[in-house]
Amino acid sequence: MKNSSSTSIPPAATGAVALLVATRKGAFILKGDKSRRTWNIAGPLFFGHTVHHLVLDPRDRRTLLAAARTGHLGPTIFRSSDGGKNWQEAATPPAFPKAPEGQKGRVVDHTFWLTPGHASEANVWYAGTSPQGLFRSEDGGATWAPVSGFNDHAQYSQWTGGEQDGTPDGPKLHSVLIDPRDARHLYIGMSSGGVFESVDGGADWKPLNAGCRADFRPDPYPEYGHDPHCVRLHPLAPDILYQQNHCGIYRMERAAGSWVRIGESMPKRIGDIGFPIVLHPRDPAVLWVFPMDGTSVWPRTSPGGKPAAYVTRNAGKTWQRQDAGMPPSQGWFTVKRQAMSADAHEPVGLYFGTTGGEVWASKNEGGKWVSIARYLPEIYAVEAVEFGR
Amino acid sequence: MNVLIPEPLRSYTEGQRQTEADGVTLGEVLQDLDRRYPGIRFRMIDEQDAIRRHIRIFVNGAEVRALDFALGASDEVFIIQALSGG
Repeated sequence: MKNSSSTSIPPAATGAVALLVATRKGAFILKGDKSRRTWNIAGPLFFGHTVHHLVLDPRDRRTLLAAARTGHLGPTIFRSSDGGKNWQEAATPPAFPKAPEGQKGRVVDHTFWLTPGHASEANVWYAGTSPQGLFRSEDGGATWAPVSGFNDHAQYSQWTGGEQDGTPDGPKLHSVLIDPRDARHLYIGMSSGGVFESVDGGADWKPLNAGCRADFRPDPYPEYGHDPHCVRLHPLAPDILYQQNHCGIYRMERAAGSWVRIGESMPKRIGDIGFPIVLHPRDPAVLWVFPMDGTSVWPRTSPGGKPAAYVTRNAGKTWQRQDAGMPPSQGWFTVKRQAMSADAHEPVGLYFGTTGGEVWASKNEGGKWVSIARYLPEIYAVEAVEFGR
Repeated sequence: MNVLIPEPLRSYTEGQRQTEADGVTLGEVLQDLDRRYPGIRFRMIDEQDAIRRHIRIFVNGAEVRALDFALGASDEVFIIQALSGG
């Protein structure tokens, strides 16, 4: 782990933004112009496949990986090295090792999360799966190997719990984060399980959940067993972590080693439950969330049927509602944990997709929202990217 | 021997509904099928060598659930994918 807390601020992006939209029935790419006013939709790719994540490699801005399965066929990874023109299937997709005779082995149901590796490790990727597994590729996603330091850790079973401890469509490993200063310094999130950290490239792991509530457990502050919905690390201040958790919005200064709930300053009628959390690319104190109703039986829709993003510009001390352009009532949006994203322009563009198949965009940091696509299948992920030339 | 491929897997067999594969057990036939059409086996068989939940395999009309099931050269393997959900 490194001690420096910040690096220089990169210039704002100016190129055309594309949105990689992963859905329950395939993937789509929304291509915007440089002004982010008009959007053209291409797809579906992998029509009929459940695509949990479609990710561009920022190191070459050409390589794309898609985590896919169908409702009936096994999980796989598709790869493109030319920006999506041509696709090849991974030769060995993420899979757990075969168990010794007489023992029950784990089976990857689907790959849920994809993270390109550290800038110094070309062609390295990480994948998080359901049930919880961490996998690594060193050849651009063609072949995958288990990260046994996590998957076979002596405490794996305690940390991950059973299948009943996960989300409705299976427990997941997500939010694979890499310290931009140190390729061996990794974080992961698990639903359920909590946040975990490795400082040795994945050989060993430790829980990192101090200060974070897990109010659905007998001990509301356990060492592990939490439900982080989405965890983010700021690339310019990698010792600052944020998470949207099942039990609120949290921030951690890594040196302090304890999560601080910053969602308690949200309006009480809204609460601080949600799935996604999105960071400003150049200001670690600015972030957005998309609250959902986490009361009663957990509808997971916009509180009161009035969808809105909330932004803080002071690391969670205060929050402002951002709903201009969204339905003022009867708008029951659900925005999943990978389905909200920011571009790197100035002002920052924000994007989210709903389980009702709509994509919304704001080109002024949430000040005004417009619907830029509708009638798509249930949206699982939205990634804002800029392809290389 | 003849292997009949269900429609969802024909992207691997260039659209062919029927193909050839060799082996003296069902497992060997599926390995040979994967050699000819890389990736097809893992969509049907998981990493613990279990037939996936919605896949059914019939040999000469009878369902087979074990990969060590012995096959003869004239047997016909019929792979079926069940559909459910929306």
